[in-house]
Amino acid sequence: MFIKNKKVKSHILTLIRYLLIYYIAASTTSLSAEVIHQEPSLYHTILVEDENDIRCIKFNVKAININQSCMFKDQPNKFVFNYTKLLFSALLLNDQPKDILIIGLGGGSLSNALHQLLPETNITNIEIDPAMIKVARDHFNLIENKKVKTISQDGRLYIKRARLKKQYFDWIILDAFNGEYIPEHLLTKEFLSEARDILKPNGLLSSNTFIGSQLFLHESATYHSVFGDFFSIKNDLKQNRVILAGKEPLTKLNVSEQRINQLIKALSPFGIDVSDLVKAMELATLNSHWPADTRILTDQYSPANLLLN
Amino acid sequence: MNDLHRRILIYILCFCSGFSIMGIELLGGRILAPFFGSSIHIWGSIITVFMVSLSIGYLLGGKLSVSTRSLKMFAFIYIFAGLWVLPIVFYSNSIMELIFINIEDTRYGSLLASSCLFLIPTIILGMISPYSVRLLVDNHHESGKIAGKLYFVSTLGSALGTIITSFYLVLLFDINQIVLGFSLVLISLGLITMNIAVSKGTRIENKVSHVYKK
Repeated sequence: MFIKNKKVKSHILTLIRYLLIYYIAASTTSLSAEVIHQEPSLYHTILVEDENDIRCIKFNVKAININQSCMFKDQPNKFVFNYTKLLFSALLLNDQPKDILIIGLGGGSLSNALHQLLPETNITNIEIDPAMIKVARDHFNLIENKKVKTISQDGRLYIKRARLKKQYFDWIILDAFNGEYIPEHLLTKEFLSEARDILKPNGLLSSNTFIGSQLFLHESATYHSVFGDFFSIKNDLKQNRVILAGKEPLTKLNVSEQRINQLIKALSPFGIDVSDLVKAMELATLNSHWPADTRILTDQYSPANLLLN
Repeated sequence: MNDLHRRILIYILCFCSGFSIMGIELLGGRILAPFFGSSIHIWGSIITVFMVSLSIGYLLGGKLSVSTRSLKMFAFIYIFAGLWVLPIVFYSNSIMELIFINIEDTRYGSLLASSCLFLIPTIILGMISPYSVRLLVDNHHESGKIAGKLYFVSTLGSALGTIITSFYLVLLFDINQIVLGFSLVLISLGLITMNIAVSKGTRIENKVSHVYKK
């Protein structure tokens, strides 16, 4: 071979190998996945993609191609993502929430499931991107009726206005974070205090948060500064962590066998194993320690996207 | 201080005004987000206000340079700009709260809020560049060259203000600390320039009359 330098040669070979792998991967995905709809949006083009029996929302970002929200076409009730299941842990503490606020709609699978589970509960979905709402309506069978409404607004603003109007919720679910960019104003101490203000007595807040970066510690410290102790719930793959916090600090999991059994029955159609949830719930201060000097995220200091690296 | 030092000082001041303008503009998004969210129109409001203010500033700075040409006035503009940055630090929350309560549409809310916070300091900072041209140009034939150099320095300042603020400063400091830092840099540089201008008397003014008598 004409390349004498071994190091250079090995680099070139590695490069060729990666290109081949990339080519094969690209050709296989294009074979099995089919983009069935493209929705232009202010933020990014939203792609609806069908792959076998799974339908997903993807953002048209070349570098990262993360599924934002997915459903099984044949079994729309079952959750594709594990973290969504973790959010249901709140029902162990309150299985009859009357008013639920969901920040971040995605495909709307969470809203649909909660409506089927709790048909008498008022559900308010807040989604910043009107194009996302359209996609959820057209391709993910988003249910909307007297009990379920969807509003296009920034989550922080909705909560700030709700506070002025004295609207209160039993359960707030924060699921506004996608893999590429985090709305930094939804991570701060001030925002969480505003959210806590609109919780009813014994209200709960569930939040899908990040793992595996510096942000994890900052988030833990920030939630703790607002809510006191909270439950930290991770799935087996340890890819996600759901925080379950309360208007009052949560100190122990006090659930009767009877309620657990009821929930096992109620949640099994959604593919949620309640006994797994119970096992995964850990008090934050007992299990995920963060250094005492961890800087709290505030409106003044919230470089979340930089801390994610 | 000789003429070269005086010129370098004017370029430094131009650099720092470019640096602070873009640093503050970048933080604008973060300052407004708690009250008006992070939708794309928030950036629309901020960029519009900065562009409008700069255009007004250029006009006023140019106009002012016709009637006066003194380092003292230049220093005064600089100090004044630094002082007008301070309300962003101390009153932004109460101003934004008032607007948030009264205007529900976040487009107009954010436009009004960024006008209240950024319009005046950016107008004043915008006056720096055309006024510097007046201070530096001695002969007509070199006016283009000097204006080009000034654009270079102040735009380079803007670029560095953008990258340093967004890559590093937000990781180290609170937003208010950074804005306060910009204000203090502007005020201190203004004071230093004022000190030089006062101690050197009215050398430039003399020079002006000399040039234009020819």
